[in-house]
Parts: sequence; C-alpha cells; structure tokens
Amino acid sequence: MFTALLIEQLLNGLQLGVMLFLMAAGLTLIFGVMGLINLAHGSLYMVGAFACATIAAATGSFWLGLVASLAAAAGVGALIEVAVIRRLYDRDHLDQVLATFALILILSEGARWLFGSFPLYLDIPRQLQGAVPLPGGGQYQLYRLAIIAVGFLVAIGLYLLISKTRLGMRIRAGESDREMIAALGVDISTLYTVVFALGAALAGLAGALVGALQSVQVGMGEPVLILAFVVIVIGGIGSIKGALVGAVIVGVVDTMGRFLLPSLLALTMPAAQATTIGAALASMLIYVVMALILAFRPSGLFAAET
Amino acid sequence: MNRESAVNLLLALLLIGVPLIAAGMGEPFYVTLATRVVVLALAAAGLNLALGLGGLLSFGHVAFFGLGGYVAGILATHAFNAEPLFAGIPGTTFMPLIWLVAVAVAGLVALPIGAISLRTTGVYFIMITLAFAQMIYYFAISWPAYGGEDGLSIYVRNAFPGVNTAKPLPYFLVCLAVLMATLLLFRLVEGSRFGSALQAARQNGTRLAAVGIPPFKIRLAAFTLSAMITGLAGALYADLNRFVGPSMLSWQMSGELIVLIILGGKGRLFGPVAGAMIFVCLEYVLGGITERWQFFLGLILLVIVLFARGGLLGLLSGKARHV
Amino acid sequence: MKRILTASLFGLSLATSGLAHAEPVKIGVITTLSGGGAGLGIDMRDAFQLAIKQSGNKDIELVVEDDAQKPELAVQIAEKMIQGDKVDLMTGIIWSNLAMAVVPNAVAQDIIYLSPNAGPSALAGANCNANYFNVAYQNDNFHEAMGEYANKDYKNTFILAPNYPAGKDALTGFKRYYKGTLSGEVYTQVGQTDYAAEIAQIRASGADSVYFFLPGGMGIAFMKQYAQSGVGIPVMGPSFSFDQDVLPAVGDAALGVKNSASWSPDLDNEASKAFVESFKAEYDRLPSIYAAQSWDTANLILSALSKASVKDKDAFRAALKAADFKSVRGDFAFNNNQHPIQNIYVREVVKDGDVLTNKIIATAFEKHKDAYAEQCGL
Repeated sequence: MFTALLIEQLLNGLQLGVMLFLMAAGLTLIFGVMGLINLAHGSLYMVGAFACATIAAATGSFWLGLVASLAAAAGVGALIEVAVIRRLYDRDHLDQVLATFALILILSEGARWLFGSFPLYLDIPRQLQGAVPLPGGGQYQLYRLAIIAVGFLVAIGLYLLISKTRLGMRIRAGESDREMIAALGVDISTLYTVVFALGAALAGLAGALVGALQSVQVGMGEPVLILAFVVIVIGGIGSIKGALVGAVIVGVVDTMGRFLLPSLLALTMPAAQATTIGAALASMLIYVVMALILAFRPSGLFAAET
Repeated sequence: MNRESAVNLLLALLLIGVPLIAAGMGEPFYVTLATRVVVLALAAAGLNLALGLGGLLSFGHVAFFGLGGYVAGILATHAFNAEPLFAGIPGTTFMPLIWLVAVAVAGLVALPIGAISLRTTGVYFIMITLAFAQMIYYFAISWPAYGGEDGLSIYVRNAFPGVNTAKPLPYFLVCLAVLMATLLLFRLVEGSRFGSALQAARQNGTRLAAVGIPPFKIRLAAFTLSAMITGLAGALYADLNRFVGPSMLSWQMSGELIVLIILGGKGRLFGPVAGAMIFVCLEYVLGGITERWQFFLGLILLVIVLFARGGLLGLLSGKARHV
Repeated sequence: MKRILTASLFGLSLATSGLAHAEPVKIGVITTLSGGGAGLGIDMRDAFQLAIKQSGNKDIELVVEDDAQKPELAVQIAEKMIQGDKVDLMTGIIWSNLAMAVVPNAVAQDIIYLSPNAGPSALAGANCNANYFNVAYQNDNFHEAMGEYANKDYKNTFILAPNYPAGKDALTGFKRYYKGTLSGEVYTQVGQTDYAAEIAQIRASGADSVYFFLPGGMGIAFMKQYAQSGVGIPVMGPSFSFDQDVLPAVGDAALGVKNSASWSPDLDNEASKAFVESFKAEYDRLPSIYAAQSWDTANLILSALSKASVKDKDAFRAALKAADFKSVRGDFAFNNNQHPIQNIYVREVVKDGDVLTNKIIATAFEKHKDAYAEQCGL
C-alpha cells in the first residue's frame, strides 16, 4: 500500500511540476529574449482561467474554453506588450518590477470588474473524468495524467520550435545578441510581441488546465507566479531545459515535503506537534532548496549567460 | 541652495506642518496618516541605502521590516503578560530598548542572508532575497507561539520617556525625529568614503576590486545597515498600528516598499519621503472615492514609471548628481 | 477637510431629508470589497444596507470602507473612523486575523464593535470585553456541531485544516465533541490550491469519513479535486465551503455534502423567510450566511437604538445585550461573554431547480454556548 501511495505522490509532484513548467517556460523565454522580469505573468494565468470558465459556461464545451484561454491570454499578452512592456526593455529591473506590479493591480481589479467578486465554475471535461489503475494497487486521476502529458508535449514542442524553426532561430539569436539580429533586418519589435504572446498563451493554458481543478478567482495567479520564479531561478534564467528540470524539482520537493515531513518528524516528537511543525517546515522547504542551490550555483543549474 | 535642497526643505515643512495644523484643527486622524507616511518613509529610506546607493534590488527587505515589528510585538506582549522571554529575561515596553533589539535582530539576520544572496547578481539576487522573505513569512504564519496568521496585538503603545505616545501627535513627533536622524545618517553615509565605495561598487565592482577594496564586503555592510534601518521602521510601524502580523512580511509589502522609492526618486535623500507621501495619499484618496481603487492605483503607478522617470523628485528638481 | 467616505446611498439621502428629529447615529463598516475575498464582504455590506433601508430609520449614516483583506489597512481605516468620522459603532470585519488587529484597540477606545462574522477564541475567553458583541458565532461552534453530528455515523475520521490559528481552532472544536478515532490529522499550507498529496493520504488512511475546514478558494479547490479523485469517502465541513458564495463555483461536486451552520435559506421562521425574499428581490441572488449574520447585526443595532441612546454607552450596551430583535436564526440570546447562544444545524447541499443551495436535515445543538464563556469575567 505504501508503494502505491508513494507512486501516487510522485505523480502528484510531477503534475505540479509540469504545471509550473508551463508558467515558467513563458517567464524564462521572455526573460531570455527580452531581458524582462514580468511579475504580471500570474495575471495572464488568471486571464486564461477566466476565459476558459466563461466560454465553457456559455458553450458547454471545455475544449472551446481551452481554445479561448489560449486566444485570450495571447491577446491580452500582445496588447500589454504593445501598450506597456515594450517601453520597459531598455529600463533597469527596478522599473520593470514596478511597472509589472502595477499591471497586476490593474488586471486583478479589472477581472473583478468584468466577472464579479464570486469564484467561477469550471469542471474538467467529460472525456477525462475518472481514474486509471496504478501499479501497486493504487489509482490515479486521468485528468492529472493528461496535464502531465500536455506539459511534456509543450516541452517537446518548444524544443522543436526553438531548435528547428525560423522563429526559433531568431529567438536564439535574440538571446545571444540583440543588436545583431536587428542589424540583420529582423523585425525585432514583431519578434518581441510574438515571443511575449507565446509566453502569455502558455500561462493562459496553465491557468485553464489548472482552473478546472482549482478555484477560478481573482488573485489565483500570484502564488503560482512566485513558485514559477523559484523554478526559473533554480533552473537558470533563460533556459527552457532549466525551467523543466527546476519545475519538476520544485513540484516533487513540495509534494513530498508535505507528505513525508510530518510523518518523519513524528518519529522524534509527539504527533500533534509533528503535524504542525511538519506543515510549517514543508511550506518553507522549496525556498530552502532554492537558497541552497543558489548558494552553490549562483546562476542556477543550467545558466545560459547572465 | 540647489533645487533639490529647496524641494527637500519644502517636503520637510509639509511633513511637519500638515500634522501640526491637523492637530490644531482637532483632526487627529490626519496626524496618524502622517505618522504612517513617516514610518513607511523610514522603511524605504533603509531600502534606499541598499537599492539607491548600492544598486542592490532586494525584494526581501520586508523580512527585516516584519522582524522589527515582531520584536516590538513580542517584547511588549511578554511585558504585558509579565512572562519572561527566556532564561528569566523580561519583556519590555521601553521604546529605545525595543528599537535597539529590533535593529540588532534585523542586522544579525541580514548578515547571513546578505552573505548568501550577495554571491548572486541581477534577477537571481531579487529572487533569492524574496525566497528568504517568503521563508520567514511562512514561518510566521505557521509558528503558533506568537499568534500565527492572527498576529499579535499590542494593547498599549510602548513608552518613550517624557512623551505620551498614546496620543497621535507626540508619537508622530517621535517617529519624525527618528526619520530625520536616519536621513542625516543617509547623507553622512552617502558622502563618506564607504558611500563612495558603495556607489563605485554599483557602477563597476571590478574596478573597485582593482584598487584593493573588496566589493562584496562593502555591499554586505550596506545590505546589513539598510536592513537595520528597515527593522527599526518595522518596530515603529507595529507600535503605530498597535499590531503586528505576517502581512508585514508578505511579498506585496516588499513590492510596496520598492514602489515608494521609485515614486519618490531612487537614490535621493528625500525620495522615500516623497514616495511615501504620494503613496499614502493615493491609497487614502482613491480608497475614499471608489472600491475599485486598486485598479486606478495601478494605472497611476504605471503612468509614473513609464513617463516620469526619476520619480517625483526627478520631476521637481531635475537630474540627480549620481543617478 | 472632513469627508464622508462612501456613505450609504440610503443613509445619506434619507438623513438629509429633514424629517429626522432623533439623534444621528454613525456606523463604521470595515469589510472586504476588493481582491479574492470580496464576495463575502459584498454580501455582508449588501444585507446590512438593505436592513437599514427597510427599517426606514433616517438617522443612521453608514461609513463603508474596503479593507482589501489587509490587517494594516483595516487598522488604518478603524483609526480614521474613530478619530476622523467619530463613529458611534463599528462592524463589518469578515476575517479573524483582521478582527484581531482591529477589535482590541477599538474597544479599548470605548467604541462598541459588533462582529457579523469571525469569532476568534482569543476574544471570547479571558480577553472578552463589554464593548465587543459577537452576533455571528465563536469560531469553534460550527466545527463542534459537525463533530457531534459525526458521532452518529462515523468512527474513524480524517481531518484537515490550514496551518493557522483559525485552522487549529477548527480542528480543536471538532475533536472536542467527536468521540471516534482520527485516521489522520493534517495541516495544509495557507492559500494552498493543490490537494492531490492530501487526497492521496486520505485514500490510503482507511478513514470512513473526512472533515475539512478550508475557507474561500482553498475549499473550492479541495472539493473539486476530491470529487474527481474517486476516493468516495463521505465529506463533511462547516458551512464556509458550502455556502451561497462558493457553491456555484464548486458545482455538483458539492451535492449531498453535510455541513454545519447556524442558518440556512430554508430555515422555517418568519424573519428568515422575509429576509430571503427581500434579499432576492433587491439583489437577484440567494443570500449567504454572511448576509444573514449581517442582517441580524443590523437588526440588533436597530432594536437597541429604539430603546436607548447610543451616546449613553451603558444603557446602549444593555439594550444590545438584551438581543430583543427577530433573528433570522430563530431563538437568539447573548451569553455572558456576549457571544451567541443559538442552535447549530446540519445542512445538506441540494439542487433547487438549477441553483445549488442547502436544506436543513438535523439540529446538532440546541441553544449552544461556546467553550470559552466561563473564562470571561463579564
């Protein structure tokens, strides 16, 4: 029984990690190409979830909602890139942090203005309900397996996009030398808008997928945002591979910490104390891991160049 | 007197004058609001030392702010309940002693955090300081001894000799004196050899190392000093609200401290004061007009970052000497 | 310089209509109107304003302000209301941690505070105060009721709550009355949105039932994920995760879940029926328990105003304590610590046409008192 539980928890960690990867991939891409810290990335996640919930409620189809979430997040992303973000590329990190912090306030209150103050309803699609058996006698929810699959498909897709296509070549060029690709006649501002919209669409996809499991409400993006930053910093900013590895580390460490720490502590202290202290330590765990990794590798595991 | 000094003088007069007039007119709330401006300005002045002079974008200064607040809350609670802290050491309600402990605790915690964080640069530095702040935040929420998420109430504001701190105006004056002393310190640091080295470290660490000054030590000293000031502000803030809780440690609060500095003008002596004035006024005025005030606050902040580079002081007094 | 912020439409327009000859009364309402928790505060405010409007009392002026669920901001607003607006009474706070920040200082300044939600244990026992009236519940109450009710069907329960004081109070309250064994006790991270790890533990624990306290978005996330996981062990909770504000978001996953509360829209008494009817007519939605408690708070204030002057604090406190009003919860009285003595019901989530709502299936406690009252010196 314990083996089954362990496998299930590892899958849970993997699923959380994959979801974080969808967020982190966009963040790290945007930072790698444009050098921009985007705190408003969590708001794009929220936009995706709201769009999916609204369209799914109106049409009755989760899949249409999913399409809408990609479109809405990419659209909003492109809009704020053109209106705001592109003025920030040559500013220092301080201005970027403040401007995108302001965007969080605007997008959060704006969403509440449009959609009201109560959480929205979004359920997982009929085709993905139910659970599949696990080796060792356990069961695992089909939808979560689907999220894991989507995450890895996106990872492969991003890899192909960046290494095999013309757009990917420009992105790589943009990461290594910004002036050069402009000099080569690439329309740099369009490239930036496309990259930003792509990152936004990934965040929106994550929001829609996870929105079906969680509460679709204002402010849902901020906790994920902080975790996504932890992921890209652990992985090395600018590196998609780093984002994937970092996301899986964070997902598994967080899940296993919540699962194992209280029971481990219970071996050395009274059970009541162990549950609360274990929970306290578990909530700090990923930050401890991040600080440790940065203490020894100040630019993350797979740093491109800073 | 150059233009920036004139603007600074004007801000100082405004900061002192408005509360005095409000108190005279029997509107004590505006004195409380001004005290909030002063304490937030103090916290931001601490951060300004690291961020403005040293170029260290710490997203985790809220950790020291909250620690200072918890020092005030914990000492006062133990004194109130007449329980010793540990090993028979009693709590206290004596403000200068509380400040001393708050400064010491903030400094002692800042040293290891700084020592680890300063090995990194750029975004990594922003994020690792945030990570440390988040650790302390989650610790405060889940540690049951001092209220957890509920926080701690300070039932009677702590005492300062010869001053009735329970009344808004005397407490405002105490906070103002602390702020002015800190700004004086800031000016002294800025003009000192240490200050020059710090600014040199911001612009070009390698060159500084070449003349035999290790930039790491300079930055660590600045980070720690800056944390100590922010810790002191935390203690004052706890006494202002007569309450301390984990929200004083949240990352949004960290963001707000940075907002104050940018609004006022980064690296400028009175930048934090100007920033705190604008922010508190915006929050108060917008909050009174509409419940969608956060939307408009965001919009105004955005416009300021995009179009008013250098903050309010940048607009009013032209280009700074050292930015 | 003096401004009246966001004064209630009714209060302001009626107060200036010139008919008033009784003394004016100013009530400060601090509540959450922005951010993720705004739904609760809006229900609270709407019900309060509606009650005042229906009373036709033209002397009451409301000062409503948004605390954005931030304790510091709530403290600042409280200072403004006390020092600037010079309010006579205060109410409105939804969350325990905000109440802990505001209430002790407000009552120390001789302001009467009436809680329409949130009843932290720290304010119910030795630190009770003559100026603090809790019209809602003591935080442990609903959990105690569910613990009592669980004895009927269950022997082995898995319990979980967030790792903060209200969470610990909740599980303590449940355990106070529950006689079975616990197959697990888990404290989750505050604001956590993914419960896969905890649900896996529940599945492996061999429990015959689950009790959880996860307010707001945490509860929505838990219920959706739990329903999808196929675990199928019966779930119980306090009303906070099954009330009118969150039920639409949880959806059918909530159907059939038993939850405890002091009120339900189907409660059979005149005051409750009238309240549900007029709330639906005015706002076109079913009221939540927060609206009900707020409605009671407003009516309690109105009843006291008809008996005593708000300027005569002693008389006014006595008038409040008499609780001489028609509560939507039926019988309502104050204990010595000025917390309610009231029935706590067990409800079940049902579908009424297309709308998810609750119906009462049992009474867990009659005239229930909280566990802290005897430590209170009042």
